[in-house]
Amino acid sequence: MSDYKHPHQDAEFVLNELVGFDDLCAANGFDDINFELASAILTEAGKLGSEVLAPLNVIGDNQGVKLTEQGVEETAGFKEAYQQFAEGGWSSLIADEEYEGQGLPNVLCTAVNEIWQSANMAFALCPLLTQGAVEAIAHHGSEELKQTYLPKMVSGEWTGTMNLTEPDAGTDLAAIKTRAIPNGDHYLITGQKIFITWGDHQMTDNTIHLVLARLPDAPAGVKGISLFVVPKFLLDAEGNPGVRNDVKCVSVEHKLGIHASPTCVMSYGDKEGAIGYLVGEANKGLAYMFTMMNCARQGVGLQGVAIAERSYQQALDYAKERLQGTNKDGSRFAIIKFPDVRRMLMQMKSATEAMRALAFVGAAEVDRAGRAQDEADQRRHQARLELLTPIVKGWITELSQEITYLGTQVNGGMGFIEETGSAQHYRDARILTIYEGTTGIQALDLVGRKTLLNKGEALAELLAEIEETVVALSKHEGFAEQGAALREALEAGNTARSWLLENAAKDPAAAGAVSVHFMMLFGYLCGGWLMGQSALRAQTLLDAGEGDPEYLKAKLVTAQFFSEHLLPRTKASLETIQKGSASIMALSEDQF
Amino acid sequence: MKVLVAVKRVIDYNVKVRVKPDNSDVDLANVKMALNPFCEIAVEEAVRLKESGAASEVVVVSIGPKACQEQIRTALALGADRGIQIETEELPESLSVAKLLAKVVEAEQPGLVILGKQSIDADNNQTGQMLGALLNRPQGTFASEVKIDGDSVNVTREVDGGLQTLNLKLPAIVTTDLRLNEPRYAKLPDIMKAKRKPLDVKTPADLGVDLKNHTRLLKVSAPAERQAGIRVASVDELIDKLKNEAKVL
Repeated sequence: MSDYKHPHQDAEFVLNELVGFDDLCAANGFDDINFELASAILTEAGKLGSEVLAPLNVIGDNQGVKLTEQGVEETAGFKEAYQQFAEGGWSSLIADEEYEGQGLPNVLCTAVNEIWQSANMAFALCPLLTQGAVEAIAHHGSEELKQTYLPKMVSGEWTGTMNLTEPDAGTDLAAIKTRAIPNGDHYLITGQKIFITWGDHQMTDNTIHLVLARLPDAPAGVKGISLFVVPKFLLDAEGNPGVRNDVKCVSVEHKLGIHASPTCVMSYGDKEGAIGYLVGEANKGLAYMFTMMNCARQGVGLQGVAIAERSYQQALDYAKERLQGTNKDGSRFAIIKFPDVRRMLMQMKSATEAMRALAFVGAAEVDRAGRAQDEADQRRHQARLELLTPIVKGWITELSQEITYLGTQVNGGMGFIEETGSAQHYRDARILTIYEGTTGIQALDLVGRKTLLNKGEALAELLAEIEETVVALSKHEGFAEQGAALREALEAGNTARSWLLENAAKDPAAAGAVSVHFMMLFGYLCGGWLMGQSALRAQTLLDAGEGDPEYLKAKLVTAQFFSEHLLPRTKASLETIQKGSASIMALSEDQF
Repeated sequence: MKVLVAVKRVIDYNVKVRVKPDNSDVDLANVKMALNPFCEIAVEEAVRLKESGAASEVVVVSIGPKACQEQIRTALALGADRGIQIETEELPESLSVAKLLAKVVEAEQPGLVILGKQSIDADNNQTGQMLGALLNRPQGTFASEVKIDGDSVNVTREVDGGLQTLNLKLPAIVTTDLRLNEPRYAKLPDIMKAKRKPLDVKTPADLGVDLKNHTRLLKVSAPAERQAGIRVASVDELIDKLKNEAKVL
């Protein structure tokens, strides 16, 4: 088992120096919100995370959840922790003040969410899913639906779920079969949904399911899917949970990780049909889901940052304690003195910091795109948000696999044994490249919708901005090498972009074949870009005699390490991209 | 009844303390600071008194540079109603703190003053007692239970032999021990509201107190690093070493 402490210094550095938190708030109408308040919020959230949620993490892993006659029973202790979380108002962070939310910026919400996800990822999925359900109803539901459900979901009194997947409809949601039959002022829903995170539990009085289903007269395919609100308990005249709706969890999955997060098979309409209420207009369900996709996918990217941080803290503690070296005088020393252990720790540290930087910078684009006054500004931020989202989700969650792998490696044999807690982080991380669109889907999104569709324009703008950092680094005596390394990576990005634009038209398999390498290349490039900026900011602060010199000097070295050890991966990716699809597509299926 | 709580900004208990290279003091530059844990317990107790109806208002006071407003805001987020900062760049010693607090007590006329029994930085454990003496009010130190009983307060104290319960006539001074309560976590809406709660800034001059130091800090040094242990071959060798090397027998 391992402790967790929120890395407030790094979170605050990113918010201040890379995001420009105060400017963001001032420019986007977040009156009264400033960095000082953000810092107070992070401090208090950090306490709750490390003292209440983090100790339950290993218990949840060991005990998991149980399906009983009464439904899913969560891990002992989770209900009390959830009550504390909800009573503390933490579920209301981002929601509009109209529904009793606090209306705080998405980037601050992201910084706070990192705490919950690091402390206890299985637990934190529940409020994360609720937040998604709240957004769906808030953006697309009728006034009546909003008034009925939102205040109690925002307060955390009720939780929410997202029901998309069916046995035959995973990535391909066009294949959804769940049916919705009009019946007076509501609909009767019948069908089975799988992989429903926190689909059932006893932590709250009610659970509000958002369900994708088809109307009887719906057109085939993606254009015939509608979105419904289906409460676990129907509301009585006073709006309180009353009669049980015809929906239940019929099975929970046994999984590699996140054991405490119940992954439910939900059965709708075993009897007369589950009562559901249409959200927005008929047949627009999938479009509604897409409007929430950026936030949902970035949310999973953030989980990658969070699990990497937790794994790093555990590995670091172990490396400082584990005595496996002997000095000349016979005394022993800890393994952190060994160069290769330090190489692993530096890799974990520098990657995690770069990932955090990208996750926060991406999250800030949600605020800027959502609140920009000027139309051109809005378009620019929306394009950047959409471009960064698959990189945040795809690159960060892929890299989090390597980080948690290294965490276990630092522990040696003890890492393979469950008691140290390292193995849990490694197992928990594994879902991240899969749900909310696999790595392959993120990469396709990046090369297709986000690059080819706009003829590479959004990427060109990003590359131009990275060039500014290259120039700034190169001008600075101390950062000449980092500047040169970033320039090479930038050139790799430019070449990859041109290659894609040119070859996608010639070879129909090209884009898909190179997509993951393409996404990883841009992930490392963005990481190098933000670590380069971090180094420049850290040096400026040091020169001005501001900030904690120990932290800032460590940031300089961490940025240098990233530039030397991780950034060169862009060149390998480029080389592979330029080979195209030939060896990928050549074999016949029988030859595999 | 009004309750006044004194709080201090101290180095966060999670932070590893560094001594300045010239041994002149502890290095506090850019170090994470927090509300002194004993003061947090004092705030919690005051807020509980208010929630139970025994108190009507909780006023929190801190002495220090502008940054100590952060700790006042923390206390306001935990449920205090308003704050007072006595602004000074100096680090006043306990007697000066007690004198400043005495002036605040004269102005505010609280029924009860709650302080932490000590701050985790200086560990003096004397401000509450000095305040009691200056105000000529009864004091209950190291409280592990505080119960208001009409115009008096019962304070259960942790003493060497066990527990001692005193009945103090109000107005009184109480200092908190670790086991008095378990402070709550601040709620997000309360952190937001704390920004808008009133916070008055005064100076020692406003209160007519001249800060004088009667003690001088000569030197701060880090504890000596622990030496590695050795294994002795026999009990005799151990006794010999304790006698002749360690000279403790």
